[in-house]
Amino acid sequence: MFSKLKRHQFLFEELVKRDFKKKYKRTMLGMGWSMLSPLLMLLVMKVVFEQFFGRTVNHYTTYLFCGLLTFQWFSESTNGGMRSLFGNAGIFTKVNVPKYLFLFSTNIQVLLNFALTLLVFFVFCAIDHVPFTWRFLCLVYPIATLLLFNVGIGMVLSALFVFFRDIDYLWSVALQLVMYGSAIFYTVDNFSPKVQLVFSLNPIYRHISYIREIVLAGTIPSLATHLTLLGFAVVALLAGAYMYKHYNTKFLYYV
Amino acid sequence: MSDAKVMLSCRNVSVRYWVGDFKNIGLKEWVTRRLTGKYNVVDFWADKDVSFEICKGDMLGIIGTNGAGKSTLLKAVSGIMEPTRGRIVRNGRVSALLELASGFDGDLTVKENAYLRGAMLGYTRAFMDETYPYIIDFSELKEFENRPFKQLSSGMKSRLAFAIASLVEPEILILDEVLSVGDGAFKAKSEAKMREIIKGGAATILVSHSLLQIRALCNKILWLDKGRQIAFTDDVAGVCDCYEEFLKNPQQGPVYDPVAAKARIDARAAAKARREAEARQMKIDAEKLRKVRELLRRSEGGKRR
Repeated sequence: MFSKLKRHQFLFEELVKRDFKKKYKRTMLGMGWSMLSPLLMLLVMKVVFEQFFGRTVNHYTTYLFCGLLTFQWFSESTNGGMRSLFGNAGIFTKVNVPKYLFLFSTNIQVLLNFALTLLVFFVFCAIDHVPFTWRFLCLVYPIATLLLFNVGIGMVLSALFVFFRDIDYLWSVALQLVMYGSAIFYTVDNFSPKVQLVFSLNPIYRHISYIREIVLAGTIPSLATHLTLLGFAVVALLAGAYMYKHYNTKFLYYV
Repeated sequence: MSDAKVMLSCRNVSVRYWVGDFKNIGLKEWVTRRLTGKYNVVDFWADKDVSFEICKGDMLGIIGTNGAGKSTLLKAVSGIMEPTRGRIVRNGRVSALLELASGFDGDLTVKENAYLRGAMLGYTRAFMDETYPYIIDFSELKEFENRPFKQLSSGMKSRLAFAIASLVEPEILILDEVLSVGDGAFKAKSEAKMREIIKGGAATILVSHSLLQIRALCNKILWLDKGRQIAFTDDVAGVCDCYEEFLKNPQQGPVYDPVAAKARIDARAAAKARREAEARQMKIDAEKLRKVRELLRRSEGGKRR
């Protein structure tokens, strides 16, 4: 696979470039939007929820931002990934290229967006007087696993999207569910242990709480947490790889 | 011929499509039809048991009416589609120039599209950097370089597509009716370029509805009809004749009869020879007549003197 990737490196670069150009075409602020839109979302949530939860949570803005940052990345990546295969039907029906290139290129573009947001996040941490420690370096881990998770989910969704366009609507509902179920603006402390167990099965929630533990508590999560995050990524990737392998030659009939 | 390297061989290649309820029905319809047993998918064999082989330097022409399975076969050969059955062995890099003008992105500029297309065709960045001026020059689009692609006319689009595609140096070249594009002047230019590629390319497959082109260029021919292989042979003229015959009288069915074809070609050759002989005879006769007249005139002149 990597030798294939190398052979198609030029195409891959051009695809990434194209995705970037198309994304910011005819927007006045261009890249600025990648930083601004999560900030606006943050502002809305802060105004709405601070009265309810802000009193019990220290550094509520940072707490909120951790959740929002992670969820928005997931949402953007899977939404973009979902359309990546179908949207490039014009290419893969004419040239023999590995079909995962399109999904990868979308994810690179989204990842760079996320990196910009992350910079803003660190600025906010500083403003919120969050102490920076060397443990922040551990943030690389959940970012890596979430990236893999996003790619895996994107693969499954993009394959399904070719067969059923309904997935678009279903996924937007699912994303709503994930958003309200990931404790972005509230805490899970008041729930019963049973409900907390349900939360712990939510990959997005687990990633968010990893990041919060590093940033807000300044401690490194347990080994079990690390393995769980990796597990989510592996399962998603396996599911995605299965879809692409199994349907590789069948996509053509549906576009 | 027999000791030449086989570049591409297809053995009993069959490609199946599905037709019926599976596409664009949405999830709800899919579930209900599955449950009620109305889910109805029918196999459709676009190609059935097609076998051929081409060697270095060969040019294979594929003929057949619309829906004969030509384009599907090309997709299978170029690796875009997997054959449902059979085996395709490629001994070299395949470049397929199919439906050139589609697959561009209307929002990108001409230059960006050129690079993207180059990448799709498997060129390297260095190669594109080097040849880009030539591409723009050849397609005569210098002043449109930074315009969004959707502002171009369709002729300009295919000119650019052709200019990029014509840089391929393939070992196996697959052409789907793209021998020439554009208006008068550009058509001549692109046709010359295409001939150059064919000469340089090791093995070429050409799908064309122009029998004139096939007769002039190809040394092997494959005739498909509704997915079935009617003939694969190096008797290009014979198959073209039979195909023309079939186009005139479709009810007689697509049949290639090498003996009849040979007889027809022989008959045509004989007729031609006869005509030539007659013409030669007439020329000789005329010459004789002229000489006799000359003699007569001279002898008359002598008498007068």
